[in-house]
Amino acid sequence: MGQVVLVTGVSRYIGGVLARRLAADPSVDKVIGVDVIPPPRDLGAAEFVRADIRNPMIGKVIAQGDVDTVVHANVIATPTFAGGRTPQKEINVIGTMQLLAACQKASTVKRLVVKSTAAVYGSTPRDPAMFTEEMTAKRLPSSGFGKDSIEVEGYVRGFARRRPDAEILTLRFANIIGPRIRTSITDYFNLPVIPIPFGYDARLQFFHEDDAIAALARGVTGTSTGVVNLAGDGVLTVMQAAAIARRPFVVVPMAAAGPLGSLGKRFGLVDFSPDQMSFLAYGRGMDTTVMRERFGFNPSFSTRAAFEDFARTLSPIVPSFDAMSGAVGGVAGVAQQVLGRATGGRL
Amino acid sequence: MATTKKAATPKKAAATKTAVTKAAAPKKAVAKKAITKKAVATKAATKTTTPMSSAPGRAARRSPSVAAGAARASGERARRRSTPLLSASASEGVAEQAPAPKAVSQPTPEPQPTPAPAPAASTPATRRAAHRPQPTVRAKASPKATRQAGIRPQSPRAKRAADEAARRHLRVATVAEPPPRPTSSRPSSARPASPDPTATQTDMSLPVPGIEELLSASIAAMRMAAQGAGISPEEIERRIAATLAFLRRRLEGDYSVDEFGYDEHFAEHVIFPMLRPIYRNWFRVEVRGLENIPDEGGALIVSNHSGTIAIDSLMVAQAIHDEHPKHRVMRALGADLVFQTPVLGSFARRGGSTLATGDDVDRLFAKGELVGVFPEGFKGVGKPFKERYKLQRFGRGGFVSAALKAGAPIIPTSVVGAEEIAPILGNMKTVARLLGLPYAPVTPTFPLLGPLGLIPLPSKWIIEFGAPIETAPHGAAAADDPMLVFDLTDQVRETIQQTLYSLLMQRRSVFF
Repeated sequence: MGQVVLVTGVSRYIGGVLARRLAADPSVDKVIGVDVIPPPRDLGAAEFVRADIRNPMIGKVIAQGDVDTVVHANVIATPTFAGGRTPQKEINVIGTMQLLAACQKASTVKRLVVKSTAAVYGSTPRDPAMFTEEMTAKRLPSSGFGKDSIEVEGYVRGFARRRPDAEILTLRFANIIGPRIRTSITDYFNLPVIPIPFGYDARLQFFHEDDAIAALARGVTGTSTGVVNLAGDGVLTVMQAAAIARRPFVVVPMAAAGPLGSLGKRFGLVDFSPDQMSFLAYGRGMDTTVMRERFGFNPSFSTRAAFEDFARTLSPIVPSFDAMSGAVGGVAGVAQQVLGRATGGRL
Repeated sequence: MATTKKAATPKKAAATKTAVTKAAAPKKAVAKKAITKKAVATKAATKTTTPMSSAPGRAARRSPSVAAGAARASGERARRRSTPLLSASASEGVAEQAPAPKAVSQPTPEPQPTPAPAPAASTPATRRAAHRPQPTVRAKASPKATRQAGIRPQSPRAKRAADEAARRHLRVATVAEPPPRPTSSRPSSARPASPDPTATQTDMSLPVPGIEELLSASIAAMRMAAQGAGISPEEIERRIAATLAFLRRRLEGDYSVDEFGYDEHFAEHVIFPMLRPIYRNWFRVEVRGLENIPDEGGALIVSNHSGTIAIDSLMVAQAIHDEHPKHRVMRALGADLVFQTPVLGSFARRGGSTLATGDDVDRLFAKGELVGVFPEGFKGVGKPFKERYKLQRFGRGGFVSAALKAGAPIIPTSVVGAEEIAPILGNMKTVARLLGLPYAPVTPTFPLLGPLGLIPLPSKWIIEFGAPIETAPHGAAAADDPMLVFDLTDQVRETIQQTLYSLLMQRRSVFF
């Protein structure tokens, strides 16, 4: 008999696509998708149940469906999509609490897969270049998604203590990016002019959305447990990413980042917490040895390829930038040709 | 109201308008003349030539500045600008005097040769964009206007002086119009050669040469300049091409950064070339014992740290990069304060530095990198001048245990000369505490000369890489043995101290 999988957060991109993909998987018998709002995308063979994970009723869904694997993909990263910081925090923290309490009660649940984030490592100048799974943040994230994620992981550890028989897999994703998903980082690179903290050029890692779904599906059907960092190969710096996105950037002093961030929030352009500002200043890197060797997953997109795939979809908001960089490129190319001719190809 | 009237009979409407705003036009007759003159000017734009002998044209020539003033005061210019040109040709006030305009279909007026309404009427001048009459400001009024204005005639000499003074003030205004003489002589001689009137259009439009031509021209100019300066032109060309190629790659993000943030493209093209003149010409660094640095594989460079501004780490990296046969890049370890500081932090990462933590060192050794460490830290850089070349405490010896773990050889390195670049005479402790700095030095030049005091003194440097101390025989497990770690730390420290003393003995003087 195959698995019965419960996926939370199916109305959002990753959850929805994951539910459809799992439903098509022959080793999975049944997929139950749960969210408070009906999914905008087709879930395929997956069954949608409108339920709130903040409500103890979720336990009934688990018990009635004989669910053996729970995928918690309902930790919301961006407050704008949840209707503000307060509902975001409630969905993330209270939702996880209730869901895990329901899982603990349901004896059928044998496996829990949690979609977590690299934000739990924080971002400070005292960070090591690469975080491994057993490292913790040098300075705990004080607000927003990072803090929520740390609390979520805390509840997951509590669940592991109370249900030692259950297999638990925590996947810490680097920033998921791609042509279809919308996150705060895609909003950021979608700005007409990208503000970069003055004097900093943070290292970023990205993970492609297709890889993220494949990794989650592998986590559901596989047997590996523990904590796994997931990121594409290599790093990009913020300025490099802006150049690839063909966007001009403007340097902003760190002191001005707060007011500017709240201004951007007011205009609905981008929603950035102080944690994300320090992330853009100091960056973060994750070691992915465990992902390759123990979890056995090789992402098909490197950090750069994932970002380029995303940047393809960006519409040129400032056409002059394209023209300018094209002109410089053209001048450089012609100059090289001319000089190559003049110097007899010694270049 | 005025605009509707104007649409019907523009001449009359404008006339009443100017009559209302009399401030600019002293006499109604003058204002009327001005209007007719303007109408002619509009006409001139649509036609190829205007007959010189038309009576209103002659009248207008007398008071162009007054006409311009009236037009400006009545807002006529703005209205004309917003009115399509075609309607201008329909004004009946002048239509009867001039032959029917043939070039009405031509949408944009081209600058055509028309008689300039200037006092010097004998020279035909080019008038540009006549549908937007530009105020022609003259230093000299016509004799009739002078008479009408009741100005007393001056002596020719005084008049010339006054004209000269006026012209000096009006230079900006006259620049807008092309100088009449050359334009009237040259194009008139060239025009008969081109039968097509549109040919003049291509003449007048901005010539846009191909980008290649422009570049070849500028490169040729650069070659000449280079020859003048005594540099080989090929060298200049190579540099320009390299710079352009560099810019292109930076603009397109076409470079790669390793996990520590080391940006090879930036380091090779910006950081090392920038430091090279300082290394060669300012400090004239002499390097010894380069053979002690392995060609490949991990090794740990341990050096003394001094000089107020920690430029010695950059010079050691430059020495290894420039002089070592394999041009290896030293990955220096820095304090968290470095990476916290804007600009400095991102430069340090791009240049290959990373945070001084065990995790990063292990990772660097695993990649077989050459790691550079300055265990004295801020204690060494900020020590007073009287303690120069006396090594400070070497911390807990974390670098030794990292080398033991990786089995990497330790290369004790001594830098002589860095102590003298900015001798610390005192330390402003309160300032340092206020700014959150480890020290705030007082040097012979620093607070005294302001930013100029940051320029290091040009001392002569010697960098000696000592014989490597092997750690592999101890085994990786020895990294946890505090006794061995302390012994090795002391051994490294003593080696560097002794080498420093012997180098100081050999040194002829501080600056040579």
